[in-house]
Amino acid sequence: MKEQLQKDFDNTIKNLTLSQKDIEIKKFYLDNFINKGFPNRKEEDWKFSDLNQIIKKNIGELSFYSDYASTNKVDTSVFVDGLEHNKIVFINGRIEKIDFDYEKKDQIEIIDQSETINKFNNNSSLSDLNSAFTNKSFKIVVKEDYQLTKPLIIYHTTNSKIWSKNINLRLNFELYENSSLRLIDLFRDTSEKNFLNIFYNFDLKENSVLKNYKLDKFENKNIKYSFNNIEQDKNSISETFILSSGSNFFKNEINCNLKGEYSSAFVNGIFSINSNKLHEIRTIINHLTENTKSYQLIKSVLEDSSRAVYQGKIFVNSKAQKTDGYQLSKAILLNKDSEFNAKPELEIYADDVKCSHGSASGSLNEDSIFYLMSRGLNYQQSRELLINGFLLDVVEKITDPEVKNLIKNMIGIKE
Amino acid sequence: MDNRQKEIDNLKDYKYGFTTDIENTRAPKGLNEDVIKFISNIKKEPQWMLDFRLKAFERFKQLKEPSWQKPKYPKINYQDLYYYSAPKSMKDKPTNLDDLDPKLLETYKKLGIPLQEQKRLNGIAVDAVFDSVSVATTFREELTKQGIIFCPISEAIQNHPELVKKYLGSVIPLTDHFFATLNSAVFTDGSFAYIPEGVRCPMELSTYFRINASNTGQFERTLIVADKGSYVSYLEGCTAPMRDENQLHAANVELVALDDAEIKYSTVQNWYPGDKDGKGGIYNFVTKRGLCKGKNSKISWTQVETGSAITWKYPSCILKGDNSVGEFYSIAITNNHQKADTGTKMIHLGKNTKSKIISKGISAGFSDMTYRGLVDISSKATNSNNYTQCDSLLMGNKCGAHTVPYIKNKNSESNIAHEATTSKISEEQLHYCQQRGLSAEEAVGLIVNGFCKEVLQQLPMEFAVEAQKLVGISLEGSVG
Repeated sequence: MKEQLQKDFDNTIKNLTLSQKDIEIKKFYLDNFINKGFPNRKEEDWKFSDLNQIIKKNIGELSFYSDYASTNKVDTSVFVDGLEHNKIVFINGRIEKIDFDYEKKDQIEIIDQSETINKFNNNSSLSDLNSAFTNKSFKIVVKEDYQLTKPLIIYHTTNSKIWSKNINLRLNFELYENSSLRLIDLFRDTSEKNFLNIFYNFDLKENSVLKNYKLDKFENKNIKYSFNNIEQDKNSISETFILSSGSNFFKNEINCNLKGEYSSAFVNGIFSINSNKLHEIRTIINHLTENTKSYQLIKSVLEDSSRAVYQGKIFVNSKAQKTDGYQLSKAILLNKDSEFNAKPELEIYADDVKCSHGSASGSLNEDSIFYLMSRGLNYQQSRELLINGFLLDVVEKITDPEVKNLIKNMIGIKE
Repeated sequence: MDNRQKEIDNLKDYKYGFTTDIENTRAPKGLNEDVIKFISNIKKEPQWMLDFRLKAFERFKQLKEPSWQKPKYPKINYQDLYYYSAPKSMKDKPTNLDDLDPKLLETYKKLGIPLQEQKRLNGIAVDAVFDSVSVATTFREELTKQGIIFCPISEAIQNHPELVKKYLGSVIPLTDHFFATLNSAVFTDGSFAYIPEGVRCPMELSTYFRINASNTGQFERTLIVADKGSYVSYLEGCTAPMRDENQLHAANVELVALDDAEIKYSTVQNWYPGDKDGKGGIYNFVTKRGLCKGKNSKISWTQVETGSAITWKYPSCILKGDNSVGEFYSIAITNNHQKADTGTKMIHLGKNTKSKIISKGISAGFSDMTYRGLVDISSKATNSNNYTQCDSLLMGNKCGAHTVPYIKNKNSESNIAHEATTSKISEEQLHYCQQRGLSAEEAVGLIVNGFCKEVLQQLPMEFAVEAQKLVGISLEGSVG
């Protein structure tokens, strides 16, 4: 893999206009990655999902170079109907379109950061890989007191032109005081056997609100890793919703630093997976100052021989008195081969806190099914009704009504 | 009230901190094949036992000391320890209590275990382990009548080799992990209990461990086998003198429960915890594992952990037999600079297996406490259940409380439920108690006892009283 990396790296650099110093930095990250390789089971964070093995098994040899010279045609049929929105379109990792038609132009700034290296506050090998190979990276700034009127949808589309490729994306967001952004990440793939490695960084200033919805609904054979780093100032709110369903493997990581008083973070997630998929959500909520709050709810429905993993950590440092942290994960195993693993973790150094977690996994309640069947539903209907109700609980946590409806339609939950 | 205060004052510092001035026989310092042969020789062990030890030692040489745990400690120089230390008077083992060195009897009297009187009182059968050897076992004749074997493991190796051979290392294999393997190579003594088929052990069996000599590690080994349909309740208590250096205690405890058998294992661990600044104290790195081998068997662990500078142990149950039950009740209290990383593992292999975990952690001062647990329901363990509850209480903002459960469910017809909370003693509760005339300290004691009640209830009566006091004493000075 080493020669491949080196060769692809040289090709990537050729197409960028970087200063000698920046090339050195990128080289540094490349060397870091070559040293560490893809994360494996030996690392505590990857204990339940050995990425190295998964890539070997599903993809085999990866190539890291993508030719971004030619444009791809944007297929408008993938766009979401019935919801007016701003768009960013990635096709095979290349940004094809950035469009903020519904917003005041002077309130949103898009800064091309492709030619500056910005360090990412994470020293995992995947962030090294990302730093070494990201081609285009943008920073999106929402100015003071501006609330976007329409949500922003980022389309992550891939098509059959790529095969066994590693795609690295990076976006930075900065939300100034009193601003707000609704962001939907929509994954649409018609490709197979690629590895997407996505890093987002969010900087939330005072009183700002971020709502991020990650929707991996459509069946595909790709492998995905996404990392969100969220820095929160006073009074800011972040809401993250993850629908983890379509890809062969998807690991979502959320790292949230509650740095300002009265800031709060919400993470809600659904695993709805089948066949032999493996999906994981890992959250780390760092309560770093007084009076911060976090709430997490993860529900899983597992069919066939699918496996879901939830690793959630609440960290409270000794300054963070009056912290309120809550975490709950529930899983329904529908098949004897399905598996649910959880590692809910509390690390607490302050005494005046209220932190709790709960985790439950098991089968569908036969009593409830019997009840419904005695009321005239057949087995299949009863089962669906129970599962819908189980998942609806999470969807109802979404605070934005438009997006909530979109997601309900997408997973086919009716009320 | 005055009496209670006096009692607390008496106990305020570690009351078991005295040393007994007694002549010792020691193995040469260090860890090598010769030392192992020395231990085996002095115990007059058969060849198979020596082979067992040497095999473990071979394996040990390849193992690395683990480092994933939360409490870090300075590197232990395993060559700088004595692996065997025994009171000289034990060289020719006394046959009954009257021949025992009076100094030893005195020591156990000070510890509150008057071996002589025990003979007359109808209560608990005690096996007392002093440094590396078992010094006295009481009530032997009575137990023998029922066919129960309760003796030091070194005697069992000679008198009941067929049982020891069959079960030793069957739950904790030679190759298990660093400290367990070290124990297999150098273990010196411990207790052995065998309860024959259908016998309900008429009294509590108990071992009292005492580290006396300096610079020694204590490596004891306990093996309890409950044959079909039998029942036994076993208690374990531990103390050590106050010393500035850290001492290592790496024991192995193996339990085997056959069909319909039940073993109840209770520990009140009160090793010397080190002084207020965290100097000295025992490193308590213990491997405890129970195997529910037969159908309908049950193993229940209860532990009250108040001592040791570092406690690092996970009493576990392997639920192999169908319908077997594993239970774990724990109170862990850390104060000053103590550290604890403890919890349990419940491995469900058989059908209809059930496990329950109740863990209460209290940290005060500058201490750090971690609950780490594993619940693993394998794909064959149909219709199994686990319930876990771990609560932590924090006193002050210089201490830490952590919860790290690993939950693995591979069976769709099995259920796992896990709950954990972390909080402090609520102001309202304190206020309520104080309003009714209790001082702040008493109020905290009362609330903490209530917090621990679920676990304390599981202890045999004699221990429950001691443990309740211990809970109060361990938290002394942490309020206000």
